[in-house]
Amino acid sequence: MTEIGTKYLPLKRSENWNRRKRALMTSVIAIILLMVLVVSGFFIGTDGLAVNFDASNSAPSLTHPFGTDWLGRDMFVRTVKGLTLSFWVGLLAAFISALIALLLSLLLVLNKTLDSLVTGLIDLFLGLPHMVTLILISFMLGGGLKGVIIALALTHWPRLARLLRAEIMQIKNTEYITVSRNMGKSWFWIARHHILPHLIPQLIIGFILTFPHAILHEASITFLGFGLSSEQPAIGVILSESMGYLSSGMWWLALFPGLMLLLMVAVFDSLGRNLRNILDPFKGQKG
Amino acid sequence: MGLLVAISIFSFILISNSPVDPVQSYIGAEISRISPEQRTNIEEYWGLHRSKPEQYFLWSKAVFQGNLGESLIYRKPVTDIIWERFSASILLMGIAWVLSGVFGLILGILAGMNEGSILDRIIKSYSFILASTPAFWFGLLVLMVFAAWLNWFPVGLAAPAGSLRGEVSLADTFKHLFLPVLTLSIGGVASIALHTREKMIEVLSSEFIRFARAKGLSGMRLFWRHGLRNISLPAISLHFASFGELFGGAVLTEQVFSYPGLGQAVVRAGLGGDIPLLLGITLFSVVFIFVGNFMADLLYVVIDPRMKTKQAHD
Repeated sequence: MTEIGTKYLPLKRSENWNRRKRALMTSVIAIILLMVLVVSGFFIGTDGLAVNFDASNSAPSLTHPFGTDWLGRDMFVRTVKGLTLSFWVGLLAAFISALIALLLSLLLVLNKTLDSLVTGLIDLFLGLPHMVTLILISFMLGGGLKGVIIALALTHWPRLARLLRAEIMQIKNTEYITVSRNMGKSWFWIARHHILPHLIPQLIIGFILTFPHAILHEASITFLGFGLSSEQPAIGVILSESMGYLSSGMWWLALFPGLMLLLMVAVFDSLGRNLRNILDPFKGQKG
Repeated sequence: MGLLVAISIFSFILISNSPVDPVQSYIGAEISRISPEQRTNIEEYWGLHRSKPEQYFLWSKAVFQGNLGESLIYRKPVTDIIWERFSASILLMGIAWVLSGVFGLILGILAGMNEGSILDRIIKSYSFILASTPAFWFGLLVLMVFAAWLNWFPVGLAAPAGSLRGEVSLADTFKHLFLPVLTLSIGGVASIALHTREKMIEVLSSEFIRFARAKGLSGMRLFWRHGLRNISLPAISLHFASFGELFGGAVLTEQVFSYPGLGQAVVRAGLGGDIPLLLGITLFSVVFIFVGNFMADLLYVVIDPRMKTKQAHD
C-alpha cells in the first residue's frame, strides 16, 4: 500500500507535478477542511440542540450562523451533527458496497456458475429504479439507522462490480495467468496474488466515488421518511421539516443544510475524479 | 421476462419479511378492537397462514391475470391507481426527460466544440455541481423562491385545490407542472451534458474530422455533417437508459411538490405498509425501465444500421 502511495502520489515537488496533481491537492485540502468540520461534530456539545423558545425562528446572525428553527435549536449545530452522521453512514455503506463488489466480482475467477449468478444479480439490481430498491429494503428492515446503512450498502455495489468484472476478464486472458495456472497454482492463489493487486486502484476510486452517492441517497431516503427517525440529527430530517415552513419565509432552514450537503458531496466527488485521473489516466480522460 | 420473475421473487421476499403486520396496517388504529378470532379469520381470508412460496405463487398467478390486488390505503384496485397516477407522472417525467435531453445535448455540444474555453469551463463546473445537488433540496429552493416569495407559481399539487377533474384548464396544468419539471429536468441535464462533451471532444480529435478540416470544412457545416451523428447515438442511448434515475428523481420531486404521481404513491405505500400497492408499483417501474432500455436498443439500430449485425448492448 505504501509502495503505491509513494509511486503515484509523490508528495515532494518534482518534475511531474502537473495540473492533475494540483487539482488532487486542492481536493485533498478541501476534504481535510471538511473532515475538521465532521470531527468537530463529535465534540460540539448538545447545548445548541437544547430547546430555547426565546431564540426560536431567528434569522442567521453572529450567534447563530445558520439561524434557528421553531424550537430555538441552532441550525448550525444541527447541520454539522447531520453532516457527521451522513459522513459515517455514507462511509460505512460505501465500504460495505465496495467489499461486496470485490468479493462478488472475484467469483468470476473461481467458478463459472457462481459468476453467472452474480451477473444475474447485477442485472436484477440495475433493472430496478435505485430509489425503489432503497424503499423496498428499508421497508423490509423497518427503517432506522441500521436499515438505511444496509439498504445503501446493498444497492451501490452493482456498478462497481461490473467495472471490476470487466477488469478481471481482461486480466484473466493474459499470459502470466496462463503460466501461473500451468505451474499448478490454484485459482484462489491466482486471485489473491495476481488479480487482487490489479484491482486495488479501481477499487479505491470506486469506493470514493460511491461515497458521495451513498450520502445523497441517505439524505433522499431520510427525506422521504424511510430512513433515520426524526429525533436523529440528519440532513434529510432537517430538510423534510423545513418543508412545513416554506411559505413562512424562513429560507435559512432549507438553504444552509442543503448547501453543506451539496458541498460535501461535490468535494468527495471531485476527489474521486481527480484521483482517477492520476491512478488511471486513460480511463480518467474518457470519463 | 426472466428478469421480471426474478425481481418479483426478490421484492416479494423483501416485502414478506418486513416487520410491518399487514393485518394491522389494513385495520389501522382500531386494531385493539379486534378479537384474536377475527384476526385469524382475516389472516385465513388473505392466505397469510400459508407458506411463503405458496403465497408467492398465488400472488403471481393473480398478477398474470392482470390482478394486482387492492390497495390498502386508497381502497381501490392497484391497477387503477397505477394507471391514474402514471398518467399524471408521465406528463411530468416526459416533459422533464425531453427538456433535459435537449438542453443537455446543446450544452454538451457547446462545451465540447469550445474545449478549454471559458464557456466550456462554466458548463463543466455547472454540470459537476448539478450532479451533486440533491434534487429535493433544489426543489425546496425553487419552491421558496418562485412559489412562496415571488408568488409566480402555486406551491404544489397538479391542479388548484378543490377543483374537479375536467375543470382544470390547460394554463393551470402548465402552471402546476412548471416547477416540478424544472427541478426534475435540471438534474438530468448534468449527466447528459458531461457525456456529450466527452464524446464531442473524442469525435473532434478523430481522423475523419481532421480530414474534413483539411478539405476546408469548418464551423456549423462540419458539426452537422460529421459531429452530430456521431455524438447523438451514445447520447440517445444514455438518455433512454436513464429511465431509472428519472423514476428516482420523480419520486423525490413529486414528494416535494406533493404532485399526485406514481412516486408519491410509492412513498405513501411504503410508509403506510400498503403491500399490494408497493409490489405493484415495483413491478411497474421494472417494466418502465425495461421499456427504456429496449427502446434504446431499437433506436440504436435505426440510427446506426451497422449495429444490426452486432450486439447492441454489452
